[in-house]
Amino acid sequence: MTAGTAQGGRPSGGGRSADGGVPGAGAAEPYRPSARRLARETYRRQRARRSALIAALSTGGTALVLYLVVVNSPGWERTRDTFFNAHYAWQALPEVLRGLRVNLELMAVCGVLILLFGLLLALLRTLQGPVFLPVRLLATAYVDFFLGLPMIICLLIMITGVPALRLTGVTTDPLLLGGAALVLTYSAYVSEVFRAGIQSVHPSQRAAARSLGLSNAQAMRYVVLPQAVRRVVPPLLNNLVSLQKDTGLVSIGGVIDAVYAAKIITSQTFNYTPYLVSALVFIMLTIPMTRFTDWTTARMNRRQHQGGTV
Amino acid sequence: MTGTTDDAVLRLEAVRKSFGEHVVLRDIELAVPAHSVTALIGASGSGKSTLMRCANLLEEIDDGAILLDGEEITDPRADQDAVRRRIGVVFQAYNLFPHMTVLDNITLAPRRVHGVAKAEAEARARELLDRLGLAAKAKEYPDRLSGGQQQRVAIVRALATGPRLLLLDEITAALDPELVGEVLAVVRDLKEQGMTMVLSTHEMGFAREVADQVCFLDGGVVLEQGPPEQVFGDPQQERTRQFLSRIVAAGRLAG
Repeated sequence: MTAGTAQGGRPSGGGRSADGGVPGAGAAEPYRPSARRLARETYRRQRARRSALIAALSTGGTALVLYLVVVNSPGWERTRDTFFNAHYAWQALPEVLRGLRVNLELMAVCGVLILLFGLLLALLRTLQGPVFLPVRLLATAYVDFFLGLPMIICLLIMITGVPALRLTGVTTDPLLLGGAALVLTYSAYVSEVFRAGIQSVHPSQRAAARSLGLSNAQAMRYVVLPQAVRRVVPPLLNNLVSLQKDTGLVSIGGVIDAVYAAKIITSQTFNYTPYLVSALVFIMLTIPMTRFTDWTTARMNRRQHQGGTV
Repeated sequence: MTGTTDDAVLRLEAVRKSFGEHVVLRDIELAVPAHSVTALIGASGSGKSTLMRCANLLEEIDDGAILLDGEEITDPRADQDAVRRRIGVVFQAYNLFPHMTVLDNITLAPRRVHGVAKAEAEARARELLDRLGLAAKAKEYPDRLSGGQQQRVAIVRALATGPRLLLLDEITAALDPELVGEVLAVVRDLKEQGMTMVLSTHEMGFAREVADQVCFLDGGVVLEQGPPEQVFGDPQQERTRQFLSRIVAAGRLAG
Protein backbone atom coordinates (compact mmCIF):
# COMPACT_ATOMS: atom_id res chain seq x y z
CA MET A 1 0.00 0.00 0.00
CA THR A 2 1.48 3.31 -0.97
CA ALA A 3 0.81 6.67 0.54
CA GLY A 4 -1.38 7.47 -2.44
CA THR A 5 -3.79 4.61 -1.99
CA ALA A 6 -3.72 5.13 1.75
CA GLN A 7 -5.31 8.53 1.28
CA GLY A 8 -7.97 7.07 -0.94
CA GLY A 9 -9.99 4.45 0.89
CA ARG A 10 -8.57 3.98 4.33
CA PRO A 11 -10.83 1.89 6.55
CA SER A 12 -10.11 3.60 9.84
CA GLY A 13 -7.45 5.40 11.85
CA GLY A 14 -6.70 2.25 13.84
CA GLY A 15 -3.66 3.48 15.79
CA ARG A 16 -5.64 6.25 17.32
CA SER A 17 -7.64 3.89 19.51
CA ALA A 18 -4.52 3.60 21.68
CA ASP A 19 -5.01 7.11 23.04
CA GLY A 20 -8.77 6.96 23.31
CA GLY A 21 -9.87 8.72 20.15
CA VAL A 22 -13.25 10.13 19.30
CA PRO A 23 -15.83 7.36 18.93
CA GLY A 24 -17.04 6.63 15.44
CA ALA A 25 -14.49 8.84 13.78
CA GLY A 26 -13.57 6.31 11.11
CA ALA A 27 -12.80 7.86 7.76
CA ALA A 28 -15.05 5.41 5.94
CA GLU A 29 -18.06 7.23 7.35
CA PRO A 30 -18.94 10.41 5.53
CA TYR A 31 -17.62 13.44 7.37
CA ARG A 32 -20.16 15.30 9.46
CA PRO A 33 -19.23 18.73 10.86
CA SER A 34 -19.07 18.79 14.64
CA ALA A 35 -21.09 21.10 16.87
CA ARG A 36 -17.85 23.00 17.52
CA ARG A 37 -17.41 23.75 13.82
CA LEU A 38 -21.03 24.78 13.40
CA ALA A 39 -20.83 27.12 16.39
CA ARG A 40 -17.64 28.64 15.00
CA GLU A 41 -19.22 29.18 11.61
CA THR A 42 -22.30 30.74 13.15
CA TYR A 43 -20.08 33.10 15.10
CA ARG A 44 -18.10 34.01 11.96
CA ARG A 45 -21.31 34.68 10.05
CA GLN A 46 -22.52 36.97 12.84
CA ARG A 47 -19.20 38.81 12.78
CA ALA A 48 -19.39 39.17 9.00
CA ARG A 49 -22.93 40.56 9.23
CA ARG A 50 -21.86 42.97 11.95
CA SER A 51 -18.85 44.13 9.91
CA ALA A 52 -21.05 44.68 6.87
CA LEU A 53 -23.52 46.68 8.95
CA ILE A 54 -20.81 48.84 10.49
CA ALA A 55 -19.27 49.44 7.07
CA ALA A 56 -22.64 50.46 5.61
CA LEU A 57 -23.43 52.81 8.52
CA SER A 58 -19.98 54.38 8.44
CA THR A 59 -20.09 54.88 4.67
CA GLY A 60 -23.62 56.27 4.75
CA GLY A 61 -22.73 58.64 7.60
CA THR A 62 -19.66 59.94 5.82
CA ALA A 63 -21.58 60.46 2.59
CA LEU A 64 -24.35 62.29 4.42
CA VAL A 65 -21.92 64.65 6.17
CA LEU A 66 -20.11 65.41 2.90
CA TYR A 67 -23.44 66.02 1.16
CA LEU A 68 -24.68 68.38 3.85
CA VAL A 69 -21.42 70.33 3.97
CA VAL A 70 -21.41 70.82 0.20
CA VAL A 71 -25.11 71.59 -0.19
CA ASN A 72 -25.20 74.02 2.73
CA SER A 73 -22.12 75.93 1.65
CA PRO A 74 -22.90 79.58 0.81
CA GLY A 75 -21.92 79.33 -2.85
CA TRP A 76 -23.61 76.01 -3.58
CA GLU A 77 -26.35 77.38 -5.87
CA ARG A 78 -23.83 79.12 -8.05
CA THR A 79 -21.38 76.17 -8.05
CA ARG A 80 -24.16 73.78 -9.01
CA ASP A 81 -25.07 75.88 -12.03
CA THR A 82 -21.48 76.25 -13.24
CA PHE A 83 -20.21 72.72 -12.59
CA PHE A 84 -23.24 70.41 -12.46
CA ASN A 85 -25.44 71.66 -15.24
CA ALA A 86 -27.27 68.80 -16.96
CA HIS A 87 -28.01 70.82 -20.07
CA TYR A 88 -24.35 71.59 -20.76
CA ALA A 89 -23.33 68.10 -19.75
CA TRP A 90 -25.49 66.63 -22.51
CA GLN A 91 -24.22 69.18 -24.97
CA ALA A 92 -20.59 68.44 -24.12
CA LEU A 93 -20.76 64.65 -23.92
CA PRO A 94 -20.59 63.81 -27.66
CA GLU A 95 -17.78 66.32 -28.22
CA VAL A 96 -15.81 65.00 -25.25
CA LEU A 97 -16.27 61.42 -26.41
CA ARG A 98 -15.07 62.35 -29.90
CA GLY A 99 -12.00 63.93 -28.30
CA LEU A 100 -11.55 60.87 -26.12
CA ARG A 101 -10.85 58.82 -29.23
CA VAL A 102 -7.60 60.75 -29.62
CA ASN A 103 -6.65 59.99 -26.01
CA LEU A 104 -7.45 56.31 -26.38
CA GLU A 105 -5.57 55.93 -29.65
CA LEU A 106 -2.54 57.72 -28.27
CA MET A 107 -2.66 55.65 -25.13
CA ALA A 108 -2.91 52.34 -26.99
CA VAL A 109 -0.16 53.03 -29.52
CA CYS A 110 2.19 54.89 -27.17
CA GLY A 111 1.54 52.40 -24.36
CA VAL A 112 2.82 49.48 -26.42
CA LEU A 113 5.82 51.43 -27.73
CA ILE A 114 6.68 52.65 -24.23
CA LEU A 115 6.58 49.14 -22.78
CA LEU A 116 8.86 47.80 -25.52
CA PHE A 117 11.28 50.71 -25.48
CA GLY A 118 11.33 50.91 -21.68
CA LEU A 119 12.05 47.19 -21.38
CA LEU A 120 14.81 47.49 -23.99
CA LEU A 121 16.41 50.35 -22.06
CA ALA A 122 16.26 48.38 -18.82
CA LEU A 123 17.81 45.33 -20.48
CA LEU A 124 20.57 47.37 -22.10
CA ARG A 125 21.51 48.62 -18.66
CA THR A 126 21.85 45.07 -17.32
CA LEU A 127 24.22 43.95 -20.10
CA GLN A 128 27.47 42.64 -18.71
CA GLY A 129 30.97 42.75 -20.14
CA PRO A 130 33.36 45.51 -21.14
CA VAL A 131 32.20 45.54 -24.79
CA PHE A 132 28.83 46.86 -23.76
CA LEU A 133 30.12 49.75 -21.68
CA PRO A 134 29.13 52.41 -24.29
CA VAL A 135 25.65 50.86 -24.59
CA ARG A 136 25.21 50.92 -20.83
CA LEU A 137 26.44 54.50 -20.67
CA LEU A 138 24.14 55.63 -23.47
CA ALA A 139 21.10 53.95 -21.95
CA THR A 140 21.90 55.44 -18.55
CA ALA A 141 22.41 58.90 -20.01
CA TYR A 142 19.13 58.64 -21.92
CA VAL A 143 17.18 57.68 -18.81
CA ASP A 144 18.82 60.38 -16.70
CA PHE A 145 18.05 63.01 -19.32
CA PHE A 146 14.42 62.15 -19.93
CA LEU A 147 13.65 61.51 -16.25
CA GLY A 148 14.69 65.06 -15.57
CA LEU A 149 13.25 66.79 -18.62
CA PRO A 150 9.80 68.23 -17.87
CA MET A 151 7.14 66.55 -19.99
CA ILE A 152 5.69 69.82 -21.25
CA ILE A 153 9.06 71.08 -22.49
CA CYS A 154 9.73 67.81 -24.28
CA LEU A 155 6.33 68.16 -25.97
CA LEU A 156 7.00 71.75 -27.01
CA ILE A 157 10.38 70.86 -28.45
CA MET A 158 8.90 68.01 -30.43
CA ILE A 159 5.75 69.75 -31.64
CA THR A 160 7.21 73.14 -32.49
CA GLY A 161 10.93 72.44 -32.78
CA VAL A 162 10.89 69.49 -35.16
CA PRO A 163 8.67 71.15 -37.83
CA ALA A 164 10.86 74.26 -37.60
CA LEU A 165 13.76 72.20 -38.89
CA ARG A 166 11.88 71.85 -42.21
CA LEU A 167 13.25 68.39 -42.76
CA THR A 168 11.82 66.66 -45.82
CA GLY A 169 10.03 63.41 -45.10
CA VAL A 170 9.60 64.17 -41.40
CA THR A 171 6.03 64.63 -40.29
CA THR A 172 4.73 67.91 -38.90
CA ASP A 173 1.56 66.31 -37.54
CA PRO A 174 1.31 67.46 -33.91
CA LEU A 175 -0.45 64.21 -33.00
CA LEU A 176 2.45 62.06 -34.16
CA LEU A 177 5.11 64.37 -32.77
CA GLY A 178 3.27 64.68 -29.47
CA GLY A 179 2.95 60.89 -29.31
CA ALA A 180 6.70 60.60 -29.95
CA ALA A 181 7.39 62.99 -27.07
CA LEU A 182 5.20 60.87 -24.78
CA VAL A 183 7.10 57.74 -25.79
CA LEU A 184 10.48 59.39 -25.23
CA THR A 185 9.64 60.57 -21.72
CA TYR A 186 7.57 57.66 -20.48
CA SER A 187 10.09 55.09 -21.72
CA ALA A 188 12.56 56.51 -19.24
CA TYR A 189 10.05 56.15 -16.37
CA VAL A 190 9.06 52.66 -17.39
CA SER A 191 12.63 51.48 -17.86
CA GLU A 192 13.33 52.41 -14.24
CA VAL A 193 10.30 50.38 -13.15
CA PHE A 194 11.51 47.37 -15.11
CA ARG A 195 15.03 47.75 -13.76
CA ALA A 196 13.75 47.84 -10.19
CA GLY A 197 11.81 44.65 -10.91
CA ILE A 198 14.84 42.91 -12.40
CA GLN A 199 16.96 43.86 -9.42
CA SER A 200 14.33 42.63 -6.96
CA VAL A 201 14.68 39.03 -8.17
CA HIS A 202 16.89 37.23 -5.69
CA PRO A 203 20.43 36.43 -6.96
CA SER A 204 19.85 32.77 -6.08
CA GLN A 205 17.43 32.60 -9.02
CA ARG A 206 20.15 33.65 -11.46
CA ALA A 207 22.55 31.26 -9.80
CA ALA A 208 20.09 28.40 -10.25
CA ALA A 209 19.48 29.28 -13.90
CA ARG A 210 23.16 29.71 -14.74
CA SER A 211 24.03 26.46 -13.00
CA LEU A 212 21.57 24.69 -15.28
CA GLY A 213 23.73 25.89 -18.16
CA LEU A 214 21.50 28.73 -19.29
CA SER A 215 23.40 31.67 -20.73
CA ASN A 216 23.18 35.07 -19.15
CA ALA A 217 20.60 36.12 -21.73
CA GLN A 218 18.59 32.92 -21.35
CA ALA A 219 18.60 33.25 -17.57
CA MET A 220 17.25 36.77 -18.02
CA ARG A 221 14.66 35.71 -20.59
CA TYR A 222 13.26 32.58 -18.92
CA VAL A 223 13.88 33.07 -15.20
CA VAL A 224 14.51 36.67 -14.13
CA LEU A 225 12.26 38.67 -16.46
CA PRO A 226 9.08 36.63 -15.96
CA GLN A 227 9.37 37.15 -12.20
CA ALA A 228 10.40 40.78 -12.55
CA VAL A 229 7.55 41.70 -14.91
CA ARG A 230 4.92 40.14 -12.65
CA ARG A 231 6.22 42.08 -9.72
CA VAL A 232 6.07 45.42 -11.52
CA VAL A 233 2.61 45.07 -13.07
CA PRO A 234 0.99 47.37 -10.47
CA PRO A 235 3.51 50.22 -10.87
CA LEU A 236 3.35 49.81 -14.66
CA LEU A 237 -0.40 50.23 -14.51
CA ASN A 238 0.18 53.33 -12.45
CA ASN A 239 2.30 54.67 -15.32
CA LEU A 240 -0.35 53.70 -17.85
CA VAL A 241 -3.05 55.64 -15.98
CA SER A 242 -0.70 58.58 -15.72
CA LEU A 243 -0.01 58.32 -19.46
CA GLN A 244 -3.72 58.24 -20.18
CA LYS A 245 -4.08 61.64 -18.56
CA ASP A 246 -0.92 63.06 -20.05
CA THR A 247 -2.11 62.23 -23.56
CA GLY A 248 -4.23 65.36 -23.14
CA LEU A 249 -1.03 67.44 -23.25
CA VAL A 250 -0.77 66.96 -27.03
CA SER A 251 -3.58 69.52 -27.22
CA ILE A 252 -0.89 72.21 -26.89
CA GLY A 253 -0.15 71.38 -30.54
CA GLY A 254 -3.78 71.97 -31.48
CA VAL A 255 -4.99 68.36 -31.38
CA ILE A 256 -8.53 68.19 -30.00
CA ASP A 257 -8.64 65.60 -27.24
CA ALA A 258 -11.31 65.15 -24.55
CA VAL A 259 -10.04 67.93 -22.28
CA TYR A 260 -9.49 70.34 -25.15
CA ALA A 261 -12.98 69.62 -26.47
CA ALA A 262 -14.35 70.50 -23.05
CA LYS A 263 -12.26 73.65 -22.98
CA ILE A 264 -13.67 74.79 -26.34
CA ILE A 265 -17.25 74.45 -25.13
CA THR A 266 -16.44 76.14 -21.82
CA SER A 267 -14.89 79.12 -23.58
CA GLN A 268 -18.08 79.50 -25.60
CA THR A 269 -20.58 79.07 -22.75
CA PHE A 270 -18.67 80.15 -19.61
CA ASN A 271 -19.93 76.97 -17.96
CA TYR A 272 -17.47 74.47 -16.44
CA THR A 273 -19.68 71.38 -16.63
CA PRO A 274 -17.86 70.06 -19.76
CA TYR A 275 -14.64 69.82 -17.73
CA LEU A 276 -16.46 67.72 -15.18
CA VAL A 277 -17.81 65.50 -17.93
CA SER A 278 -14.33 64.88 -19.34
CA ALA A 279 -13.00 64.22 -15.82
CA LEU A 280 -15.73 61.64 -15.24
CA VAL A 281 -14.95 59.96 -18.55
CA PHE A 282 -11.28 59.59 -17.57
CA ILE A 283 -12.19 58.22 -14.16
CA MET A 284 -14.53 55.69 -15.75
CA LEU A 285 -11.63 54.50 -17.89
CA THR A 286 -9.25 54.14 -14.95
CA ILE A 287 -11.50 52.12 -12.66
CA PRO A 288 -11.77 48.99 -14.83
CA MET A 289 -8.02 49.09 -15.45
CA THR A 290 -7.10 49.13 -11.77
CA ARG A 291 -9.67 46.45 -10.94
CA PHE A 292 -8.28 44.30 -13.74
CA THR A 293 -4.74 44.59 -12.35
CA ASP A 294 -5.94 43.79 -8.84
CA TRP A 295 -7.62 40.72 -10.23
CA THR A 296 -4.61 39.50 -12.20
CA THR A 297 -2.16 40.02 -9.34
CA ALA A 298 -4.51 38.30 -6.88
CA ARG A 299 -4.84 35.35 -9.25
CA MET A 300 -1.07 35.16 -9.65
CA ASN A 301 -0.59 35.11 -5.89
CA ARG A 302 -3.19 32.39 -5.44
CA ARG A 303 -1.51 30.18 -8.01
CA GLN A 304 2.05 30.61 -6.84
CA HIS A 305 1.94 30.88 -3.10
CA GLN A 306 1.06 28.57 -0.31
CA GLY A 307 -2.25 29.43 1.29
CA GLY A 308 -2.58 30.64 4.83
CA THR A 309 -4.26 33.21 6.93
CA VAL A 310 -1.47 35.73 7.46
CA MET B 1 2.01 8.43 26.99
CA THR B 2 3.68 10.82 29.39
CA GLY B 3 1.66 13.23 31.44
CA THR B 4 -2.07 13.72 31.65
CA THR B 5 -3.96 15.83 29.17
CA ASP B 6 -4.48 18.57 31.74
CA ASP B 7 -0.89 19.72 31.90
CA ALA B 8 -0.49 19.56 28.12
CA VAL B 9 1.05 22.68 26.61
CA LEU B 10 -0.39 21.91 23.22
CA ARG B 11 -3.47 19.80 22.61
CA LEU B 12 -5.19 18.90 19.37
CA GLU B 13 -8.75 17.62 19.51
CA ALA B 14 -10.25 15.96 16.43
CA VAL B 15 -8.50 18.43 14.15
CA ARG B 16 -9.57 18.32 10.53
CA LYS B 17 -8.09 20.31 7.69
CA SER B 18 -8.70 20.06 3.99
CA PHE B 19 -7.53 21.96 0.94
CA GLY B 20 -10.51 21.90 -1.40
CA GLU B 21 -11.56 18.27 -1.80
CA HIS B 22 -8.31 16.91 -0.39
CA VAL B 23 -8.44 16.14 3.32
CA VAL B 24 -4.95 16.72 4.70
CA LEU B 25 -5.61 16.14 8.39
CA ARG B 26 -8.35 13.87 9.69
CA ASP B 27 -9.37 13.63 13.35
CA ILE B 28 -5.93 14.39 14.73
CA GLU B 29 -5.67 13.84 18.50
CA LEU B 30 -2.44 14.88 20.16
CA ALA B 31 -1.26 16.05 23.55
CA VAL B 32 2.15 17.59 24.12
CA PRO B 33 3.01 17.70 27.85
CA ALA B 34 5.20 20.47 29.24
CA HIS B 35 8.98 19.97 28.90
CA SER B 36 8.51 17.10 26.49
CA VAL B 37 9.51 16.58 22.90
CA THR B 38 7.04 15.21 20.36
CA ALA B 39 8.38 13.98 17.04
CA LEU B 40 6.11 13.76 14.02
CA ILE B 41 7.28 11.24 11.47
CA GLY B 42 5.81 10.11 8.20
CA ALA B 43 6.26 10.32 4.48
CA SER B 44 6.31 13.66 2.69
CA GLY B 45 2.74 14.85 2.22
CA SER B 46 1.44 12.95 5.24
CA GLY B 47 0.37 16.20 6.88
CA LYS B 48 3.25 16.94 9.26
CA SER B 49 3.89 20.45 8.03
CA THR B 50 0.19 21.28 7.79
CA LEU B 51 -0.25 20.19 11.39
CA MET B 52 2.51 22.58 12.44
CA ARG B 53 1.10 25.43 10.38
CA CYS B 54 -2.32 24.87 11.96
CA ALA B 55 -0.81 24.92 15.46
CA ASN B 56 0.76 28.30 14.71
CA LEU B 57 -2.52 29.56 13.18
CA LEU B 58 -0.89 29.99 9.79
CA GLU B 59 -3.70 27.80 8.48
CA GLU B 60 -7.29 27.83 9.63
CA ILE B 61 -8.56 24.41 10.65
CA ASP B 62 -11.92 23.13 9.38
CA ASP B 63 -13.01 21.29 12.46
CA GLY B 64 -11.88 20.30 15.93
CA ALA B 65 -9.84 22.50 18.24
CA ILE B 66 -6.26 23.31 19.15
CA LEU B 67 -5.49 24.32 22.73
CA LEU B 68 -2.42 26.07 24.08
CA ASP B 69 -2.11 25.75 27.85
CA GLY B 70 -5.73 24.67 27.99
CA GLU B 71 -7.00 27.70 26.13
CA GLU B 72 -8.60 27.23 22.74
CA ILE B 73 -6.54 29.14 20.18
CA THR B 74 -8.67 28.15 17.19
CA ASP B 75 -11.63 30.02 18.66
CA PRO B 76 -12.38 32.88 16.27
CA ARG B 77 -12.45 35.18 19.30
CA ALA B 78 -8.87 34.34 20.26
CA ASP B 79 -6.19 36.97 19.66
CA GLN B 80 -4.02 35.34 17.03
CA ASP B 81 -1.03 37.62 17.57
CA ALA B 82 -1.07 36.93 21.29
CA VAL B 83 -1.11 33.20 20.55
CA ARG B 84 1.79 33.44 18.13
CA ARG B 85 3.79 35.45 20.66
CA ARG B 86 3.82 32.33 22.81
CA ILE B 87 4.89 29.95 20.04
CA GLY B 88 8.28 29.90 18.35
CA VAL B 89 8.55 28.46 14.86
CA VAL B 90 11.57 27.33 12.90
CA PHE B 91 10.93 26.69 9.22
CA GLN B 92 12.50 24.17 6.90
CA ALA B 93 13.77 26.93 4.59
CA TYR B 94 14.94 29.13 7.54
CA ASN B 95 12.82 32.12 6.38
CA LEU B 96 15.34 34.63 7.70
CA PHE B 97 14.87 38.23 6.61
CA PRO B 98 17.59 38.78 3.99
CA HIS B 99 17.65 42.56 4.38
CA MET B 100 18.55 42.46 8.06
CA THR B 101 21.72 41.43 9.86
CA VAL B 102 21.65 38.32 12.04
CA LEU B 103 21.35 40.51 15.11
CA ASP B 104 18.45 42.51 13.66
CA ASN B 105 16.68 39.31 12.61
CA ILE B 106 16.85 38.10 16.20
CA THR B 107 16.00 41.34 17.98
CA LEU B 108 13.12 42.35 15.69
CA ALA B 109 10.35 40.60 17.64
CA PRO B 110 11.73 41.23 21.14
CA ARG B 111 12.03 44.95 20.38
CA ARG B 112 8.96 45.61 18.24
CA VAL B 113 6.50 43.09 19.69
CA HIS B 114 7.63 42.64 23.27
CA GLY B 115 8.97 46.16 23.81
CA VAL B 116 12.39 45.09 25.07
CA ALA B 117 14.99 47.87 25.03
CA LYS B 118 17.53 47.69 22.22
CA ALA B 119 20.57 47.15 24.42
CA GLU B 120 18.85 44.45 26.43
CA ALA B 121 17.51 42.65 23.35
CA GLU B 122 20.94 42.69 21.72
CA ALA B 123 22.67 41.46 24.84
CA ARG B 124 20.23 38.57 25.04
CA ALA B 125 20.63 37.83 21.33
CA ARG B 126 24.41 37.80 21.61
CA GLU B 127 24.19 35.49 24.60
CA LEU B 128 22.05 33.04 22.61
CA LEU B 129 24.27 33.35 19.54
CA ASP B 130 27.30 32.67 21.70
CA ARG B 131 25.68 29.55 23.12
CA LEU B 132 25.04 28.30 19.60
CA GLY B 133 28.55 29.12 18.44
CA LEU B 134 27.56 32.04 16.25
CA ALA B 135 28.93 34.95 18.24
CA ALA B 136 31.12 36.09 15.33
CA LYS B 137 28.19 36.22 12.89
CA ALA B 138 26.03 38.81 14.65
CA LYS B 139 26.68 41.53 12.09
CA GLU B 140 26.58 39.28 9.00
CA TYR B 141 23.67 39.10 6.59
CA PRO B 142 21.85 35.73 6.37
CA ASP B 143 22.71 35.06 2.73
CA ARG B 144 26.39 35.06 3.63
CA LEU B 145 26.04 32.21 6.13
CA SER B 146 26.08 28.46 5.54
CA GLY B 147 22.80 26.53 5.72
CA GLY B 148 23.59 25.15 9.17
CA GLN B 149 24.47 28.60 10.46
CA GLN B 150 21.31 30.09 8.97
CA GLN B 151 19.18 27.44 10.59
CA ARG B 152 20.82 28.00 13.96
CA VAL B 153 20.15 31.73 13.58
CA ALA B 154 16.53 30.87 12.82
CA ILE B 155 16.39 28.83 16.04
CA VAL B 156 17.87 31.73 18.00
CA ARG B 157 15.30 34.05 16.44
CA ALA B 158 12.49 31.75 17.55
CA LEU B 159 13.98 31.45 21.06
CA ALA B 160 14.66 35.15 21.56
CA THR B 161 11.11 35.88 22.65
CA GLY B 162 11.12 33.12 25.25
CA PRO B 163 8.29 31.07 23.72
CA ARG B 164 6.23 28.55 25.64
CA LEU B 165 6.39 26.08 22.77
CA LEU B 166 8.76 25.58 19.88
CA LEU B 167 7.64 24.16 16.54
CA LEU B 168 10.44 22.79 14.37
CA ASP B 169 9.34 21.88 10.87
CA GLU B 170 11.87 19.57 9.19
CA ILE B 171 14.58 21.93 10.22
CA THR B 172 17.39 19.69 8.96
CA ALA B 173 15.83 18.70 5.63
CA ALA B 174 17.90 21.18 3.64
CA LEU B 175 21.21 20.46 5.38
CA ASP B 176 24.08 18.06 4.76
CA PRO B 177 24.86 15.46 7.47
CA GLU B 178 27.59 17.49 9.06
CA LEU B 179 25.39 20.55 9.38
CA VAL B 180 22.48 18.36 10.50
CA GLY B 181 24.63 17.37 13.46
CA GLU B 182 25.22 20.95 14.59
CA VAL B 183 21.53 21.83 14.38
CA LEU B 184 20.40 18.67 16.17
CA ALA B 185 22.93 19.34 18.94
CA VAL B 186 21.12 22.63 19.52
CA VAL B 187 17.77 20.85 19.78
CA ARG B 188 19.27 18.37 22.25
CA ASP B 189 20.49 21.28 24.40
CA LEU B 190 17.05 22.85 24.30
CA LYS B 191 15.51 19.62 25.52
CA GLU B 192 17.95 19.57 28.44
CA GLN B 193 16.78 23.04 29.37
CA GLY B 194 13.19 21.83 29.41
CA MET B 195 11.84 23.48 26.27
CA THR B 196 8.56 22.03 25.04
CA MET B 197 8.95 21.13 21.40
CA VAL B 198 7.08 19.60 18.50
CA LEU B 199 9.30 18.63 15.61
CA SER B 200 8.75 16.93 12.33
CA THR B 201 11.73 15.07 11.01
CA HIS B 202 13.10 12.41 8.71
CA GLU B 203 16.02 11.79 11.06
CA MET B 204 14.64 8.68 12.73
CA GLY B 205 17.73 8.06 14.85
CA PHE B 206 17.42 11.54 16.23
CA ALA B 207 13.67 11.22 16.80
CA ARG B 208 14.23 8.00 18.70
CA GLU B 209 16.90 9.59 20.86
CA VAL B 210 15.37 12.96 21.65
CA ALA B 211 11.59 12.42 21.55
CA ASP B 212 9.39 11.54 24.48
CA GLN B 213 6.60 10.56 22.16
CA VAL B 214 6.53 9.76 18.47
CA CYS B 215 3.56 10.17 16.14
CA PHE B 216 3.47 8.40 12.83
CA LEU B 217 1.29 10.31 10.40
CA ASP B 218 0.00 8.69 7.26
CA GLY B 219 -2.54 10.06 4.85
CA GLY B 220 -3.58 12.73 7.33
CA VAL B 221 -4.27 10.50 10.34
CA VAL B 222 -2.13 9.64 13.35
CA LEU B 223 -1.66 5.97 12.58
CA GLU B 224 0.55 5.18 15.51
CA GLN B 225 1.55 7.08 18.60
CA GLY B 226 3.60 6.30 21.67
CA PRO B 227 7.04 6.36 23.26
CA PRO B 228 9.87 5.94 20.73
CA GLU B 229 10.80 2.46 22.01
CA GLN B 230 7.29 1.28 21.14
CA VAL B 231 6.85 3.01 17.77
CA PHE B 232 10.32 2.17 16.52
CA GLY B 233 10.85 -1.10 18.41
CA ASP B 234 7.43 -2.70 18.23
CA PRO B 235 5.20 -0.92 15.73
CA GLN B 236 1.59 -2.11 15.84
CA GLN B 237 0.58 -1.08 12.35
CA GLU B 238 1.63 -2.76 9.13
CA ARG B 239 2.01 0.64 7.46
CA THR B 240 4.38 1.86 10.19
CA ARG B 241 6.53 -1.25 9.82
CA GLN B 242 6.66 -0.67 6.08
CA PHE B 243 7.64 2.97 6.47
CA LEU B 244 10.33 2.19 9.02
CA SER B 245 11.80 -0.69 7.01
CA ARG B 246 12.16 1.60 4.01
CA ILE B 247 13.85 4.18 6.18
CA VAL B 248 16.25 1.52 7.48
CA ALA B 249 16.94 0.44 3.91
CA ALA B 250 17.76 4.03 3.09
CA GLY B 251 20.23 4.01 5.98
CA ARG B 252 18.61 6.71 8.05
CA LEU B 253 17.79 4.82 11.24
CA ALA B 254 21.34 4.78 12.48
CA GLY B 255 21.70 5.30 16.23
